[in-house]
Amino acid sequence: MSKELIRLSDCVVKFDDEIILDHLNLYINDKEFLTLLGPSGCGKTTTLRIIGGFLSPTSGDVFFDGQRCNDVPPHKRQVNTVFQKYALFPHLNVFENVAFGLRIAKVPDGEVTQRVMEMLEVVNLKGFERRPISALSGGQQQRVAIARALVNRPKVLLLDEPLGALDMRLRKDMQSELKRIQQELEITFVYVTHDQEEALAMSDTVVVMDGGLIQQIGTPEDIYNEPKNAFVADFIGESNILDGIMRADGVVEIFNRRFQCLDGGFAKDEPVDVVIRPEDVDIVPETEGQLRGTVTQVTFKGVHYDTIVDFYGFKWLIQTTDYCPVDSRIGIKIDPDGIHVMKKSAYSGMFGDYSSYSEEYDEIGDASLAPDEEGSGDEE
Amino acid sequence: MKNKLDRFAVPYVVWMAIFVVAPILLMVVYAFTTEGGGFTLANFADLGEYLPVFTRSFKLAIVATLICLLMGYPMAYLMAKEGVRFQRVAMALIMLPMWMNFLLRTYSWMSILENNGLLNQFFRAIGLLDALGVDYIPLIRTQGAVVLGMVYNYLPFMILPIYSVIVKLDSSLLEAARDLGANSFGVFRKVIFPLSLPGILSGVTMVFVPSVSTFAISRLLGGGEELMLGDLIEQQFLGGAYDPYLGAAIAMVMMVIVVVCMVVMNHFGEGEEEAVLL
Repeated sequence: MSKELIRLSDCVVKFDDEIILDHLNLYINDKEFLTLLGPSGCGKTTTLRIIGGFLSPTSGDVFFDGQRCNDVPPHKRQVNTVFQKYALFPHLNVFENVAFGLRIAKVPDGEVTQRVMEMLEVVNLKGFERRPISALSGGQQQRVAIARALVNRPKVLLLDEPLGALDMRLRKDMQSELKRIQQELEITFVYVTHDQEEALAMSDTVVVMDGGLIQQIGTPEDIYNEPKNAFVADFIGESNILDGIMRADGVVEIFNRRFQCLDGGFAKDEPVDVVIRPEDVDIVPETEGQLRGTVTQVTFKGVHYDTIVDFYGFKWLIQTTDYCPVDSRIGIKIDPDGIHVMKKSAYSGMFGDYSSYSEEYDEIGDASLAPDEEGSGDEE
Repeated sequence: MKNKLDRFAVPYVVWMAIFVVAPILLMVVYAFTTEGGGFTLANFADLGEYLPVFTRSFKLAIVATLICLLMGYPMAYLMAKEGVRFQRVAMALIMLPMWMNFLLRTYSWMSILENNGLLNQFFRAIGLLDALGVDYIPLIRTQGAVVLGMVYNYLPFMILPIYSVIVKLDSSLLEAARDLGANSFGVFRKVIFPLSLPGILSGVTMVFVPSVSTFAISRLLGGGEELMLGDLIEQQFLGGAYDPYLGAAIAMVMMVIVVVCMVVMNHFGEGEEEAVLL
């Protein structure tokens, strides 16, 4: 879990004059499940294509197991890819699709059969060997694509939004399936997605990208709890991002009120971005609150209510199990560990409050229904 | 039209009935009739003596089709791999001769291949004929000339369907093959070629069928000495050997053989939904 396997060193990719990757530095450990996460156009697919050998960086070096491999063509790399739209061979049946790589490598017939059958069992497709590809459902095609890549026993499996075309239910199933396969076979997975939930649920390491730059690298917990800037905070989960001023180590001022927090190391009176996750806010009677506001909207979400509260003109999202009717006055309390302070960045102020809350939620809903639209190779 | 046939389909059905089904029926009827109008099988009994014509026709058509395939496939492949501008120019060049009259094109080959034609004049100019001690090299009125005429005239029909299949191949399939360890040749052999089979099948059909039944090419370039099925049939209807009943019988047998050939070929391309069966 610790040996370094892949290193991208100062990689730049330009198409014409457009910078797709901007001096990217990234290393990937052996047997790690690493996710490249970001909106479309952030450079995540480009990064994957560099590792796969389909693209050479304009400048910079790629190392595989310590060897520079910029010019090694894809078919000589110990890397296999699960393509976004599967790219299964329509003229071959399930068995021959999976066997493709082994046949190329001239593996003896007996071993081919054994390894293919083994792999079909891993992806739960036993009994489908003779089916033509066109007779498979999306989820089954997905599994064939995974089996076809894994049967070659690559050191690294690259997955390019592999679940993008599947419906919600199937995606959840495949997420745990993929995680299981990765742990069972002890292969490094490099996974590209724009779905933050997927990234958090599956990864050992998440790399958040935007604009060709890495915004943050960390474990899912780090990324969620300690976002480095407003972009990461906004992209991962729901967050209230506020302007604050650091008055001293452990003291941040928001709306002219001082709050205790756990962050330090800022200059005195430095302007900062403050992230407060909707679930970290406790609702208390108005008189006891650190801040007081008016409820403007309540949506029942099953586990909790999404409550929009107006504090001095800035609308917060609070997730609470207590029902607070619209127009009621409430107070809130925030524990010091519920407050996360970030340095100001280029993204500061780009993500407003939750006045347009419902629209935003709709967008997210749409994205998960028709994810294809968003991530379909538009990064090139 | 009491079934669910769309009313917009009616004109096409009528068209096909008049111009496709009726002529074929007419041909079949003729093939089984005597001059007096009675039923007979005699027309077929006579076919034995034309066996050499049948074999020559099929031989030349098969050779021409193979040459078209060998020349056309690489051309189609290169075209599909090149940029859009190259494709446009190449396409124009391939189509250009087809906009010229077919007979005109074939006549111009005559003037090239003639005993005193352009090629032989060229050979004479460079002293080749003197070196060989002959007056001319026989080019026209050979089977080679007939095959050349077929290849020249029908090559576009081989290139275009293959090209259109290859150019539509999903590039991610090629990437997947490379990803799985195939080098360029492996990608071609394992993915591009099998997936272009439907194009090959329709190209072969579109070259073979007109080749096997041609009479103009064999008449003009074969000089009447390399009699082919087309010529034979034509003679029965328009020539001195006037016997439309025999002509219909020959045409029918030829059609049956061609259809059988196509069915067998399509069998090879089984599983390719786009395979063309006439």
